[in-house]
Amino acid sequence: MTTEAPVKSPSTARFLSQLDMTAPPLEVRNLHVEFHTTSGEAHAVNGMNFVLSQGETRAILGESGSGKSVTAQAIMGILDSPPAKITHGEILYRGVDLLKLSDEDRRRVRANHIAMIFQDALSALNPVFTVGFQLGELFRKHRGMSRQASKAKAIELLDMVKIPAAKQRVNDFPHQFSGGMRQRVMIAMALALEPEILIADEPTTALDVTVQAQVMGLLSELQREHNMSLILITHDMGVVADVADSISVMYAGRVVEDAPVADIYARPAHPYTKALLESIPRVDLKGQELAVIKGLPPVLTNIPPGCAFHPRCRYAKDNCKVPPEPPHYDVDVNRVAACHYWREVIES
Amino acid sequence: MTDTPSKFGEVVLETKDLRKHYPLTQGIVFKKQVGAVRAVDGVNIQLRRGETLGVVGESGCGKSTLARLLVGLEQPTDGSIMLKGKDLSKVSSRDMRSVRRNIQMVMQDPYTSLNPRMTVGDIIGEPFDIHPEVVPKKGRIARVRELIDLVGLNADHINRYPHQFSGGQRQRIGIARALALNPEIIVADEPVSALDVSIQAQVVNLLERLQDEFGLAYIFIAHDLSVVRHIADRVAVMYLGKVVETGNEDEIYEHTTHPYSQALLSAVPVPDPALRGLRDQIILEGDVPSPANPPSGCRFRTRCWKAQEICAQEEPPLMVRPGSEHPSACHFAEERQVVGAVS
Ligand SMILES: Nc1ncnc2c1ncn2[C@@H]1O[C@H](COP(=O)(O)OP(=O)(O)OP(=O)(O)O)[C@@H](O)[C@H]1O
Ligand SMILES: Nc1ncnc2c1ncn2[C@@H]1O[C@H](COP(=O)(O)OP(=O)(O)OP(=O)(O)O)[C@@H](O)[C@H]1O
Ligand code: SF4
Ligand SMILES: [Mg+2]
Ligand SMILES: [Mg+2]
Repeated sequence: MTTEAPVKSPSTARFLSQLDMTAPPLEVRNLHVEFHTTSGEAHAVNGMNFVLSQGETRAILGESGSGKSVTAQAIMGILDSPPAKITHGEILYRGVDLLKLSDEDRRRVRANHIAMIFQDALSALNPVFTVGFQLGELFRKHRGMSRQASKAKAIELLDMVKIPAAKQRVNDFPHQFSGGMRQRVMIAMALALEPEILIADEPTTALDVTVQAQVMGLLSELQREHNMSLILITHDMGVVADVADSISVMYAGRVVEDAPVADIYARPAHPYTKALLESIPRVDLKGQELAVIKGLPPVLTNIPPGCAFHPRCRYAKDNCKVPPEPPHYDVDVNRVAACHYWREVIES
Repeated sequence: MTDTPSKFGEVVLETKDLRKHYPLTQGIVFKKQVGAVRAVDGVNIQLRRGETLGVVGESGCGKSTLARLLVGLEQPTDGSIMLKGKDLSKVSSRDMRSVRRNIQMVMQDPYTSLNPRMTVGDIIGEPFDIHPEVVPKKGRIARVRELIDLVGLNADHINRYPHQFSGGQRQRIGIARALALNPEIIVADEPVSALDVSIQAQVVNLLERLQDEFGLAYIFIAHDLSVVRHIADRVAVMYLGKVVETGNEDEIYEHTTHPYSQALLSAVPVPDPALRGLRDQIILEGDVPSPANPPSGCRFRTRCWKAQEICAQEEPPLMVRPGSEHPSACHFAEERQVVGAVS
């Protein structure tokens, strides 16, 4: 894509001068988010930690309700508060804590630096405007481009995400696109202003497998081309294995294991990761017995003390059932697991 | 489909050229039919006692419509369904109830398929209202408790309401209800799709255990090809209302011959980073055509990399083709290894 250098206003320049370009693109430290509900405080995110390195694809994996989307929304600054409340933590973009920024700077980051793709593409697009108008709007608003120039940009973007006959389709409304095409439009919108960081929240969950393969392939290709850092939120261990460099496994709002992808699949160090890997069937294997993870995911208003996973864990001993929660033990360089018995788990 | 010898029992369910077309109408006062959605368009399947037939295919290919036809929630436009040798279109309405008792359904969504105002006991026992002959009235509660127990729930929770259970537990309630009338066949439409991965295995294992215990035959509908491989003995791959390939689990997953099945299988991500870049991934171009206006000849031809002129002109019948032992509906059917690493 060719973008003419945007005109920098003094406030933009001031914001940019704070950034430490030697710091990682994103770092989340000890993030806590609660929701005020009628049945008490729901602890959705409980000490989330991760570092996203330059050009890296980091998967955030976890089951429904484990706090993946809330983490993403906290990073984007789009949590509904109330009921949500960030009670602790830092979210560092190039060394600058986003939680301490003014609303104006926050918007600036959202527009130009960190973009997000949502799970449900149809509801994220406005049904009453053409796809071309919505794409072009970004350039009119944030780049001060003319109507004509922005439309040309929109066509260029549709081309980039491989929408056939982009010149004609640019005038279509969202409902005239298939699910896969809409998701590709969302990718185009997210990439329009060339963000450094892209957060994709279950970008293919609603799509059929053949379309999922198209969209994931496209996303990886664009990430490489634009040297973006990518956070891929998913519950699909297959998708992670295909595209991610590293992975943060979440359980009850916390990272229970963080490791390079190859290591975690070969030798999981946390009982939850291990159990997940043993419980999913594989298309390339027949007849393996599916291990069952007993019990249910935790209720967030009443998270078990000690290790939140202990009621479902086959390695649990008495010290797992009492505070404090297991710290992040160093399993290897670049690798941590929040289990007192990780040595036993990794060897078994 | 040919009658190959099988380790399973006799054929309990069979469809012949089954069709369901939904009329497309135009106009408000004077409705005029302008076409039809060919949701199910000539499906032949066979199911034996104790066997699991997996039905796979992408959204909109007609899987749920097929399920609804099989359990009688919908009437076919054409073709027939044979249940234990009886053609359902010829069964008198008086006998229909007792014939239908043999085939029950488990729904996809455990969150909406149970009536929120009924207790679990009432939900599971409801089929006895329609079929009072199955269990004498005073034995009902005992039977409901037995069913609850059978699916691994606590029988003391008989008076609880659906919202007091988790998704996986609700799906068990749906299964208990389907078992109430001692059916021989269960049609399960995406029974684990809405469940968390850590809960899926619990339900899949339960279905397998019940099958062993009661010799049940399953139609297991899913878009997750990994789950289907795990549970199915035979598989039917559907595309735009038709079965394009069918065979046993090994034939479909290791020796698939239809380009669509190959593309579908190759697109399934495998949870093993060591295989990254080593798999033969077929990325399809274009979108699924509308079932109201399917392409001429082979319905897959608009996305198929092998398509030739004949594909637009002649519809390839589902039949066993040279070089392979199972039926495939492709003029150029040819084996291709698509799951696992390319050797
Ligand atoms: N607006 C809200 N009000 C109350 N609770 C909320 C709200 N948004 C999220 N939560 C709760 O926070 C928890 C974490 O939700 P989150 O959406 O992050 O889960 P997730 O990991 O993204 O799950 P999924 O895979 O289902 O998308 C959930 O228990 C959810 O019910
Ligand atoms: N009652 C109806 N009236 C009109 N069209 C219908 C009706 N029910 C289904 N269809 C259409 O029939 C086709 C097949 O739908 P069906 O629900 O059987 O697909 P499916 O394979 O179960 O898809 P999914 O995987 O999304 O559940 C679709 O094009 C659908 O829109
Ligand atoms: S800390 Fe204990 S309970 Fe938690 S995962 Fe490890 S062994 Fe299991
Ligand atoms: Mg989410
Ligand atoms: Mg369906």
